[in-house]
Amino acid sequence: MYNFEFEQPGTIAEAAAALGSEDALALGGGQTLIPAMKQRLNAPGTLVSLSGIAEMKGVCLRDDGALSVGGGTIHATVAAQAGAHYPALAALASHIGDPAVRNRGTIGGSLANNDPAACYPSAVLGSGATVVTNTREIAADEFFQGMFTTALGEGEIIVEVRFPIPEKAHYEKFVQPASRFALTGVFVAKYADGVRVAVTGASEEGVFRWSEAEAALSGEFSAAAIEGLSVPADGMIGDLHGTPAYRASLVSTLTKRAVAAAH
Amino acid sequence: MPKDSGIGASPKRREDVRFLTGAGNYTDDINVNGQAYVHFLRSDVAHAAIRGIDTSAAETMPGVVRVFTGADFEGVGGMPCGWQVTDRHGNPMQEPPHPILAQGKVRHVGDPIAAVVADTYEQARDAAEAIDVDLEDLPAVVDMKSALAEGAPKLHDDLTSNLCYDWVLGETDDALVDKAFAEADHVTTLELTNQRLVANPMEPRVAVGTYERGTEDYTLYTTSQNPHVIRLLMCAFVLGLPEHKVRVVAPDVGGGFGTKIFHYAEEAFCTFAAKACNRPVKWTSSRTEAFMSDAHGRDHVTKIELAMDKDNNFTALRTNTLANMGAYLSTFSSSVPTWLHGTLMAGNYKTPCIQVNVKAVFTSTVPVDAYRGAGRPEATFQIERVIDMAARERGVDPIALRRQNFITEFPYDTPVALTYDTGDYNGTMDKLEAAADIAGFAARRAESEKHGKLRGLGINSYIEACGIAPSNIVGMLGARAGLYDAATVRVNATGSISVMVGAHSHGQGHETAFPQVVAEMIGIDESQIEIVHGDTSKIPFGMGTYGSRSLAVCGSAMVRATEKVINKAKKIAAHLMEASDADIELKDGVFSVAGTDKSVAWGDVTLTAYVPHNFPLEEIEPGLEETAFYDPANFTYPAGAYACEVEVDPETGKVTIERFSAADDFGNIVNPMIVDGQVHGGIGQGIGQALLEGCVYDENGQLLSGSYMDYAMPRADDVPFYTVDHSSQTPCTHNPLGVKGCGEAGAIGSPPSVVNAVIDALQSGGNEVAHIDMPLSPARVWQAMNG
Ligand SMILES: Cc1cc2nc3c(=O)[nH]c(=O)nc-3n(C[C@H](O)[C@H](O)[C@H](O)COP(=O)(O)OP(=O)(O)OC[C@H]3O[C@@H](n4cnc5c(N)ncnc54)[C@H](O)[C@@H]3O)c2cc1C
Repeated sequence: MYNFEFEQPGTIAEAAAALGSEDALALGGGQTLIPAMKQRLNAPGTLVSLSGIAEMKGVCLRDDGALSVGGGTIHATVAAQAGAHYPALAALASHIGDPAVRNRGTIGGSLANNDPAACYPSAVLGSGATVVTNTREIAADEFFQGMFTTALGEGEIIVEVRFPIPEKAHYEKFVQPASRFALTGVFVAKYADGVRVAVTGASEEGVFRWSEAEAALSGEFSAAAIEGLSVPADGMIGDLHGTPAYRASLVSTLTKRAVAAAH
Repeated sequence: MPKDSGIGASPKRREDVRFLTGAGNYTDDINVNGQAYVHFLRSDVAHAAIRGIDTSAAETMPGVVRVFTGADFEGVGGMPCGWQVTDRHGNPMQEPPHPILAQGKVRHVGDPIAAVVADTYEQARDAAEAIDVDLEDLPAVVDMKSALAEGAPKLHDDLTSNLCYDWVLGETDDALVDKAFAEADHVTTLELTNQRLVANPMEPRVAVGTYERGTEDYTLYTTSQNPHVIRLLMCAFVLGLPEHKVRVVAPDVGGGFGTKIFHYAEEAFCTFAAKACNRPVKWTSSRTEAFMSDAHGRDHVTKIELAMDKDNNFTALRTNTLANMGAYLSTFSSSVPTWLHGTLMAGNYKTPCIQVNVKAVFTSTVPVDAYRGAGRPEATFQIERVIDMAARERGVDPIALRRQNFITEFPYDTPVALTYDTGDYNGTMDKLEAAADIAGFAARRAESEKHGKLRGLGINSYIEACGIAPSNIVGMLGARAGLYDAATVRVNATGSISVMVGAHSHGQGHETAFPQVVAEMIGIDESQIEIVHGDTSKIPFGMGTYGSRSLAVCGSAMVRATEKVINKAKKIAAHLMEASDADIELKDGVFSVAGTDKSVAWGDVTLTAYVPHNFPLEEIEPGLEETAFYDPANFTYPAGAYACEVEVDPETGKVTIERFSAADDFGNIVNPMIVDGQVHGGIGQGIGQALLEGCVYDENGQLLSGSYMDYAMPRADDVPFYTVDHSSQTPCTHNPLGVKGCGEAGAIGSPPSVVNAVIDALQSGGNEVAHIDMPLSPARVWQAMNG
């Protein structure tokens, strides 16, 4: 690790100001950023820790019925507190990493990083959630722009994520044996106006919506409705842990299982 | 009634108190006043010529003490190989130099090019980034077959090719072997890979070197399984130092699994640099460095053929193996695919004709050496997979086929150079059939099928040679070291005992088990006995711990030394009671004169030994301390049978282990709880190999599985609760305790049963899958099912 300056502001406004300086980077739970810094793959001049900002933390129900999760909320809090309103989201959070990761890592950090194998992006896209930053609101469909790429501007802070609550939902995660990130994960959510299916871990383009399955499931919400549907292997990730064809097959299998398990 | 002390009891491991409460003293806990830190600049390419190294900028960086390159080590030796293999033509293996820091070329990703010693670790690392290395890329040599091809790029310019040796064992007359195969009623052929593994002990390697200018004494603190071996190799072959001026300390060591047997360049470097810099020098490996510098394990590619007659008796076995050595010969690398692998190819079976062919190959990868089991897992996997396949091809029960071919008479001379002293393979198979409830399998399969899962049962036998051992035999086979061990039993005046042992405990529980033996022999409480190990300045010249040898070899030395102590103590007791030595009996820590009520306690005798006011000084010396060196007559042969039951999810290829049973014959057992633990750990690593672990290089020699993001270690929820049975016991016939060794059995015996079970499951679902190479990841199993 190289040396760096450290700041711990108490408000979003102070954090935004601190992030204005050259070479400054936001620090969430540090579960991705700190290992990268230790490997000397990332070398910010200043780390602006978001962990002292109370207004960015917590889970609550908004007046419009959406579930609000503060951008600095750790996975363990979502796992413990979102269950009453959005069980599928709480279950997803409870299976990220291990207890140490869940007690440091934050939803804002996960979304800003947009790892192609991360879990949260599928919930945000699958719920049609809104990512709220210190300057604007970004619809999920606009937010994710390919592996490790998002709509966030330089120094922009994710302060909140608003999840419309579905009638039924489920996240089906198939773990990569080594990292236990998602080798492929499918988030299915049924809303009054239709079904959303978001897939993580599989595509070279990062998290994506499987529209063919969405259409079929919006007609009839059952595993049988998507029998025979599949995504093309072309464009899927191929690595040590699975070929593109294997990942494409997992997308179908896991989607069916997610539909069957949704409640 | 289970015993509560002595041999056969299961006291909790006394060392665990310090390990579990954070009071252990590991090498990284050792900090020496004034120490500097070294960072190694390692190659990020697999094969290149070094055209130049410019260290001038690095030398002026803050905190830098000195920058070293290969040129600084031209006057000293390289890393030695401890075993010379003779090839099939009687010629010695090709043995390339292995410099401490690269000279002229780099030959694998991770090969150290330069070393920066600085006041802090971060300064050393900063300065390493300022070193300018001019590398001219050369083609990587990764795949073993291509490495041996005509015209393949050579890794070592001074060798004739990338072939280290071409070796044969067993029947050397090809015509006889061909004839046996031609006459066979059936031949089963299998090509398989025993994949490369990274040992991954929890504690990474660490070395701290110190040098006292005033006395010219060196000390090396290091994460080693055998401090005396390191001292000998480093002094005699690498640095040319007098052994008596060098102390090597291996304190608490957090797991070794073989990879901490070897003498590594970083150890020699820290010792050398401590004098060169006149400052202690410390190195702590990062996990990333460990992946590219700890010796790897396994990495064999084999074709095995099994010939049978019309009654399914095994008539001949032939194997052709390519064994990866990596870029250089690590300390015991050459012995693993030969004397630790070829000699086990008889397995538990009386196959009369066996031919084992092994070509060892240099590639631009990390050196490969012994890893838990070392050669024996590779042998067991081949034999037990090909037998399973043969049973399927012949439509016979795999257990019956094994039983029919078991060796049943002992001693048994195998066609591949070993003499099994004793064993009862039907006995362990009987225990296994009961422990695994094989009779209930059909019902469990039906239950799994109701839930859409395929269920499979895999079984296998295994045998291994351990307690590595007889110095005269290993010497004949090319070992450049003896393989005896040593113990000193020092009785203190007040009767407590320190036992200085050559074995090294890095998870095995010696500190608990060894005292149980001495306590039993004398009849005093175990708490009065302590084991001292891991410091060449304290212990006799023993050879350390590997090959499941500690109790069988070093424990035997300890028994012999304790016998000498008891004999002398009896003489003192006889003097005190004015009786003849021959009439003295020792029981429960009390010496008595047979047929009388005269007695003296252990403590009276030990005090007399050191306060010899009333002592037979003309007959014996004062004091009570004895040393014994023990060199056994043979290896020991633990053997057994394992059963694994899996469920396979046919849609995803995911395998889960539902049941795992082990029946082992370890001869006599000192601490059953520790033995269970050793077997559990071994099976855990075997399951890791079967389902999860795999070290993978791409065609350019880049390490793809270079961290835990891609190298899958087994976690607690990957393994089931095990059923282990050690009640079938045929005690070793040639060591005083009748013990065989249990440290590696689990890792040797378990991979074939897991793979056999998965194949069985897939076949039950109508998939004509004959074999899948390990690790049986979900993707590979799915691929096999979906062709
Ligand atoms: C062992 C391990 C296992 C894991 N397993 C999983 C898993 O199974 N599934 C999964 O999804 N993830 C997993 N993760 C990743 C984990 O969820 C991390 O918490 C997450 O990737 C990053 O969150 P963080 O708060 O730690 O962010 P940091 O590491 O602090 O930051 C990551 C990036 O996001 C930026 N950032 C942080 N917070 C904000 C914000 N509020 N607004 C804008 N930018 C911000 C930082 O500047 C940085 O660029 C695992 C991590 C580890 C170490």
